[in-house]
Amino acid sequence: MTMTAPLDTAAAGTIRLGPGPDDRPPAHITVRGLHKQFNGTVIYENFDLDIPRGKFVSVFGPNGCGKSTLINLISGLIPIDSGDVRFDGKTLAQTRIGYVFQNYREALFPWMTAFENIVYALLLRKVPKAEAEEKVHKLVAHLGVKIDLSLFPYMMSGGQQQLVSIMRALVIEPEVLFLDEPFSALDYEMTLFMREQLQRIFEETGTTMVLVSHDLEEAVYLADYVLLLTRRPGRIASYPRVDIPRPRNDATLANKDFVLLKADCLEIFQREVRRG
Amino acid sequence: MTKTSDRYLPLIGVAGLILFWYIGYWVRIVDPVLLPPPHAAAKALWEGMAGGKLYADFAVTTLRTFAAIGIAAVIAIPLGIVLGANERLYRSVEFIIDFFRSTPASAMFPLFLVIFGVGDRTKIFVAAFGAALVILFNVSYGVMNARKTRILAAKIMGASNWRIMKDVVLMESLPQTFVGLRNGISLALVIVVVAEMFIGSVNGIGNRVFTAQQMFEMPDMYAAIFAAGALGYGLNIVFLMIEKSFVHWSGK
Ligand SMILES: Nc1ncnc2c1ncn2[C@@H]1O[C@H](COP(=O)(O)OP(=O)(O)OP(=O)(O)O)[C@@H](O)[C@H]1O
Ligand SMILES: [Mg+2]
Repeated sequence: MTMTAPLDTAAAGTIRLGPGPDDRPPAHITVRGLHKQFNGTVIYENFDLDIPRGKFVSVFGPNGCGKSTLINLISGLIPIDSGDVRFDGKTLAQTRIGYVFQNYREALFPWMTAFENIVYALLLRKVPKAEAEEKVHKLVAHLGVKIDLSLFPYMMSGGQQQLVSIMRALVIEPEVLFLDEPFSALDYEMTLFMREQLQRIFEETGTTMVLVSHDLEEAVYLADYVLLLTRRPGRIASYPRVDIPRPRNDATLANKDFVLLKADCLEIFQREVRRG
Repeated sequence: MTKTSDRYLPLIGVAGLILFWYIGYWVRIVDPVLLPPPHAAAKALWEGMAGGKLYADFAVTTLRTFAAIGIAAVIAIPLGIVLGANERLYRSVEFIIDFFRSTPASAMFPLFLVIFGVGDRTKIFVAAFGAALVILFNVSYGVMNARKTRILAAKIMGASNWRIMKDVVLMESLPQTFVGLRNGISLALVIVVVAEMFIGSVNGIGNRVFTAQQMFEMPDMYAAIFAAGALGYGLNIVFLMIEKSFVHWSGK
């Protein structure tokens, strides 16, 4: 990386007007002046970002550009060096968030059944046990989940485990749900199935969702907005709106707007990759 | 090959050993006084265990081993959790733990003899000392190696540090704790049996092996050796079974 790289904003080909998408939807999460470095490597430097309320944002970018780091910083999993993150003006501590990890095997508690795993999220929020169990039953019914929740996680398929993870994150009715490559450890069939589940959950709950994906098709398919990041130090390369009606389905994949937008994103992505 | 027949495969080794023993006995590899036939040893084992003296010694050794592992566990598990939770603290005593873990516990007998005198206490305490270091090491590592993701998952769900410790880290360390307990009890048995042989002992399997050898009661000696083996093997199986039901998720 050359000395001039951080200043070379115009070379990315986009001069962005603001920290949010160009059609300026109301922001839910605002990130201002974010700095983060790991052992001297700058990942984010004076980074601003708006995440719209009640929308589905997919984060996409070159390998190692800091996608996971971004949602980990916003969700407080790793500390920020400096900067400000607000949820509707509130701090993280005042906000209920959910997070779904890529590695479901290491995220669920294997000493609890799937049901107990989900209940636990509520118990931590001081919900009385009976009420918590009732809430889980309601969520199960609401989502139409048809898996045996009395099983321990290690007895379930990967997709089922990830579904339990998502339910554990959802049961507290989070204001924002973060998902870091939640389906990348699943086989293709399961991935397709889980995408539909997630889309349905999004439509039914209207929760603000931020998904990190390494699969551009998946990123665009699920998103209202695609947040394309540059190489390190991370900046917004583009933040296009995906103006395609929901629910999306197999036909969406052949939709002209979808195909064009995907091609656009791919071009920006490849320009970023070549820049490195 | 079917699964049911596979279950009996271990018997082949046992049969082979007995056969070799008989052959050794028939061709007189060593003096038959030193190597009695298997059935003589089996008879001594049966008679000794069915209400004979061997049974009393077996019981004493078992008790001492359990006392040792009990003391070791009570001290080492809480200490291991504290050390494992403060990695810098663990690093600062790591050398001492590793050093004494590598020191043959039998080398500690004289010291413990001076402190606790001849008697049950010395045997139990030396065994507890050896076992405690093994348990301490395993518990600490179990705590330190708790999956980062699970801790983060609890943290993001709003768990306090105390709840993370109690609900996640402790549970995460259980499989390794059981490994420590299993290794610890094997070691405790070894130390107890050795202690019974040498320091002014009047009972225990170690004492029985030693006295039988001194009196040239070879079938009794073999019987005592097999009793010790059965005890060690049995303890391991019991602990494995407890482990399986207690930490059912281990290795999954
Ligand atoms: N805890 C850490 N310590 C040091 N460096 C880190 C740490 N976490 C991430 N990094 C580095 O920061 C950069 C961004 O990492 P991050 O995981 O956010 O990238 P990513 O965009 O999610 O990549 P991927 O596509 O591989 O998931 C990488 O170069 C990574 O090596
Ligand atoms: Mg990542």
